[in-house]
Amino acid sequence: MALPNKPLGELAAVVDPEIVEHDVDVLIVGGGMAACGTAFEIKKWCPADMKITLVDKASMERSGAVAQGLSAINTYIGENPIENYVKMVRNDLMGVVREDLIYDLGRHVDDSVHLFEEWGLPVWKKDADGENLDGSKPAKTLPEGGQPVRTGKWQIMINGESYKCIVAEPAKTALGEENCLERVFIVKLLLDKNKANTIAGAVGFSTRENKVHIFKCKTMMVACGGAVNIFRPRSTGEGKGRAWYPVWNAGSTYTMCAQVGATLTMMENRFTPARFKDGYGPVGAWFLLFKAKVQNGLGEFYANTDAVKDELGKFMPYGASAVTPTCLRNHLMINELKEGRGPIYMATDVALNAFLDDRRAAGKDEKDVKKFWKHLESEAWEDFLDMSVGQAGLWAGMNIEPEKVGSEIMPTEPYMLGSHSGCCGIWVSGPDEDWVPTVDGTRSHQYKWGYNRMTTVDGLFTAGDGVGASGHKFSSGSHAEGRICAKMMVKYCRDNADFTPELSQTAQELADEIYAPVKLYHEHVGASTDQDVNPNYCKPAGLMMRLMKATDEYGGGVATYYMTSGKLLNICLDLLRMLREDAEKMAAGDLHELMRAWENYHRIWTVESHIRHIEFRQESRYPGFYYRSDFPTVDDENWKAFVNSTFDPATKEWKCEKVPCINIIETDPWI
Amino acid sequence: MPSYVDPEKCDGCKGGDKTACMYICPNDLMVLNVEEMKAYNQEPDACWECYSCVKICPQGAIMVRGYNDFVPMGGQVHPMRSSDSIMWTVKFRNGNMKRFKFPVRTTAEGAANAYLDLTCANLDDELLSTEKELPNPTKLA
Repeated sequence: MALPNKPLGELAAVVDPEIVEHDVDVLIVGGGMAACGTAFEIKKWCPADMKITLVDKASMERSGAVAQGLSAINTYIGENPIENYVKMVRNDLMGVVREDLIYDLGRHVDDSVHLFEEWGLPVWKKDADGENLDGSKPAKTLPEGGQPVRTGKWQIMINGESYKCIVAEPAKTALGEENCLERVFIVKLLLDKNKANTIAGAVGFSTRENKVHIFKCKTMMVACGGAVNIFRPRSTGEGKGRAWYPVWNAGSTYTMCAQVGATLTMMENRFTPARFKDGYGPVGAWFLLFKAKVQNGLGEFYANTDAVKDELGKFMPYGASAVTPTCLRNHLMINELKEGRGPIYMATDVALNAFLDDRRAAGKDEKDVKKFWKHLESEAWEDFLDMSVGQAGLWAGMNIEPEKVGSEIMPTEPYMLGSHSGCCGIWVSGPDEDWVPTVDGTRSHQYKWGYNRMTTVDGLFTAGDGVGASGHKFSSGSHAEGRICAKMMVKYCRDNADFTPELSQTAQELADEIYAPVKLYHEHVGASTDQDVNPNYCKPAGLMMRLMKATDEYGGGVATYYMTSGKLLNICLDLLRMLREDAEKMAAGDLHELMRAWENYHRIWTVESHIRHIEFRQESRYPGFYYRSDFPTVDDENWKAFVNSTFDPATKEWKCEKVPCINIIETDPWI
Repeated sequence: MPSYVDPEKCDGCKGGDKTACMYICPNDLMVLNVEEMKAYNQEPDACWECYSCVKICPQGAIMVRGYNDFVPMGGQVHPMRSSDSIMWTVKFRNGNMKRFKFPVRTTAEGAANAYLDLTCANLDDELLSTEKELPNPTKLA
């Protein structure tokens, strides 16, 4: 026993933090790919005296989903018609998407990729003989006609360990290092006191010193990623950290924007990727680059059987495409597991040896085959070492050499995101173009209202994981989308030059709210001989486990093979209501714990919107991601529509509504 | 696979105002104990094992030990990163070793063009600063 109780962390929190007030024109909240896009772009458009500040919870060099690196850029249009990109995304996400946003993304994304290459990102190329060259070998650039190494239609391979460092550098240079505030966690957005539905500022705190930062701004871009650690993970011990998506993404984007009244869309969508078991290493390169197939426990390559074709036939037109939608691939895998035909293996051994056999069949001698193998082995390991080192560590610990033995794959716990193969997020305006539909009604039904990627709240923009109903942007698309926001925010400032933001709460009131967990800790820490076990408060770590247990058991987590129902969802909502009440009783003794407290607060709201949306949508739109036992089919007749929800900050009421989904790109042929 | 710090090698970045690992960790895990002048990972079960701290540590004092709930002991993956490449050493539980070297950057650090002199005027179309033209969709529904 280590009495007296003391805070866990090194940086103790005090009850009266210093208050720092900032007056800016533009606030960029986040530091990942999208925010770096905004930071790079905005100064090209704004007047010289415009004050712009970027606030990042971490350090831009290694923040966001790309912090660790990536082995591929998954969205590069190149030689493809953009219309085909729209069709691919539309089909993968089971039909309910914003085609205007997807097309718009597709026409901007390559410019960002070309910048990355120019800045120093090594992009693999094909040489004259069709062999793969790594990105440091001399070759034509992409704009010069260099041929990237395509895996699928849209993906290109990179040596991407330093991807984020390379993208952050010009972003910081462009904005000016002095305008980038790192280690400050924005936790709450603020509406204008006088002008309805208009953003006016944000408040957060430093994770390094006892300071609350209050910003007033005319316009703001919020891009803080998706939501992780919201469902109980398969690894609940140390391995909880080995989340598939970045473990620091806490749903902040969705919660903060929803709380000021921004309409959310498709929050029922989630992503439960099938990945290498436990290490969560990527499977894309194994499927696409190495042409590996999955095998069930009986040794059957089940993906092309008649039974599978029949099953896919239940989900037309989506099941008919050459590339089966991600959720349906999961659905097929889950069927195998439920029938007791697990475990599922990625046959890495079969795939790699097939390359060597091809080489031998082509008359190459053993020396050539050996040399080729060295290159192939290096490519296989780089895929993990670039972006998921933990998987390489698991292979090392398990003595796994992929050419000798396959590795188990498994659908993970659910995640929420809008930039990868998921599409939950915020309802935003599309570009101001003729081909974007004009729709009557409130903004929550419209497709455009003057400022591309502006949310339904005036002055509030989002990008990357923040923009809903428009998945498959990945790293490159998120950057491009951040750039779109940059230009639009300058336009918004120009058009609203007479607007002076005013906050309705005083600085002290805001600081008290932000530091409430610290005050609660100091008030009650002496009531028990264990600082974590106290009748007057709860700690963030315990609250997160409580959230994950509720979602896992009632919200369709791994415990039930993603199955839920109206009955279970309403139990989940009851548990979440009490969780939200108890979140007010979270205590934090140090600055790290204060960050965890606010992250959990964000998680709870995001999850609540997720559960509300699944409950409202009376069908199972994404078999393989989640199922409703009471409405088990995809019901296009009634539900080929968006579910949008809006929280009213004045009345504190949620409203869910069905919004028509309009096709912009031809539907015949569907793909 | 949480990171851990070798106390023999860690010098607390000599008491500078921020240690390298504390500066870089995306999840705010690495902290400095100022009495001991040693860094440590304060929340191993929140470690994504992104290796940012391992790669940046000037003393080579940070390593990674596999997550204790699913990785058998004895393996090790360790990088040496320079400004243009990274060398990985993979040591297997059975003692086998593999080494891989990959490029990480084709330009000098600090050389990325931020286009500081580029200024654009027309806020009323959808073109971005380095774009010349934009297509519109043709195969409409």
